[in-house]
Amino acid sequence: MARKKQHNKDKEEATPASTSAAAASASAPTEEGGEAQPTAAVVAPEEPQPPPPEPHPPVEVAYCGVCTFPLEYCEFGSSLTRCKDWLKEADSDLFDKYYSEEALQAKIGTLSLEAQTKLEKDTAKKEAKAEAKADAAHKKKMASQITIKRIERTKRKFVTSIHGLEAFSIDLKKAAKQFASRFATGASVTKNPQGQDEIVVQGDVSDEIVEMIEGGVGVLKGIPADNIELVEEKKKAGGAGAGGS
Amino acid sequence: MFKKFVPSTDIAGQTPVKTSVQRSIRASVLSQWKIEPETLEVIWPKKETLIHVKCREHISIYTVHGEPIAFQHFDGPVYPTLRILHKYPYILPKVQIDRGAIRFLLAGAPMMCPGLTSRGGYLPPPDAALPAGAPVAIHAEGKEHAVGIGITKLGTEEIRKVNKGVGVETATYLGDDLWAVKAL
Ligand SMILES: [Zn+2]
Repeated sequence: MARKKQHNKDKEEATPASTSAAAASASAPTEEGGEAQPTAAVVAPEEPQPPPPEPHPPVEVAYCGVCTFPLEYCEFGSSLTRCKDWLKEADSDLFDKYYSEEALQAKIGTLSLEAQTKLEKDTAKKEAKAEAKADAAHKKKMASQITIKRIERTKRKFVTSIHGLEAFSIDLKKAAKQFASRFATGASVTKNPQGQDEIVVQGDVSDEIVEMIEGGVGVLKGIPADNIELVEEKKKAGGAGAGGS
Repeated sequence: MFKKFVPSTDIAGQTPVKTSVQRSIRASVLSQWKIEPETLEVIWPKKETLIHVKCREHISIYTVHGEPIAFQHFDGPVYPTLRILHKYPYILPKVQIDRGAIRFLLAGAPMMCPGLTSRGGYLPPPDAALPAGAPVAIHAEGKEHAVGIGITKLGTEEIRKVNKGVGVETATYLGDDLWAVKAL
């Protein structure tokens, strides 16, 4: 059998006769480039081993760097203008694929003209709304306070609590870790009595933390210095003794 | 399912799944999805531990290396996440909604029969009809990639016949709060 295959291959190389071509394609795949391998002809024919099943390769989907949707769905998001600007920069071929005149015509599909107009109006509205929302969120963020509190535990022991970092999209756990390693002390994320998360660091490090935030050290970025508030919580005179050790 | 899902408050905890349970999940995934074992091996290698992320209202998300690969409600069908479906679009049977229905889906609405039976829609042919309760990839007219994942509320032939009311319930869709979670 191996010899016959070899024969076919040789023949195919010489003249692509239709009969041998059919025979070759019916038998095992011939090597590309067709270097005759003498060993292959000598070795006894083996049972053809089914190749181990290969995993199916995944489809590579191009996602939008702005709205995270597959590019074709940007038009349904709330940031189409920004999405388009981004794609134009990132990949002008893909931009043409999705936003050329023909592409825009083709995608309307079975939708009636008025439905399409309405969709576009909706998109514009959605976009304006999202922008206003982002704007408001930004304003709120810029107005929100970070409270750093020095709390007296016993006569000479303090803890420092930091509240409000999450408003500046700072990962509290990462920030706590950063404080812990910076001050070689304990730091954890806990809920205050109001149910809000805050970071509690062992020891009085309030001034250092203010400096760190002002300097934008590590994860503590993007907080205006004016938004930092330093307060002190004295131990209540009456409640002494109880919270000893 | 993931319309108002806040990871920080809606996740109760994460636990590695016991080997015996992993085996049964793998078996049900292999029977419920049209996926080859060797491809599933790429998504979820046997030597990797599956993490069960327990969420509110009996929703479970399964992650490998922090990446959500599947989710489940109660002991219902196991759905792939939309990102996994995008990579392997053939693992779920396909239905398609017309262009007009896309924005409703993206607002989390269930899919009405007419959106599936209209000219821009698609349902499997009668000889490949799906029963009620089948997980499906929801595609959209003129789009290459799935826009969501749902479960048939009626059989696909029934959707054609009745042609009103909800045909496919939406489980997850582009831009919902599960989509927003890239790693847990
Ligand atoms: Zn986009």
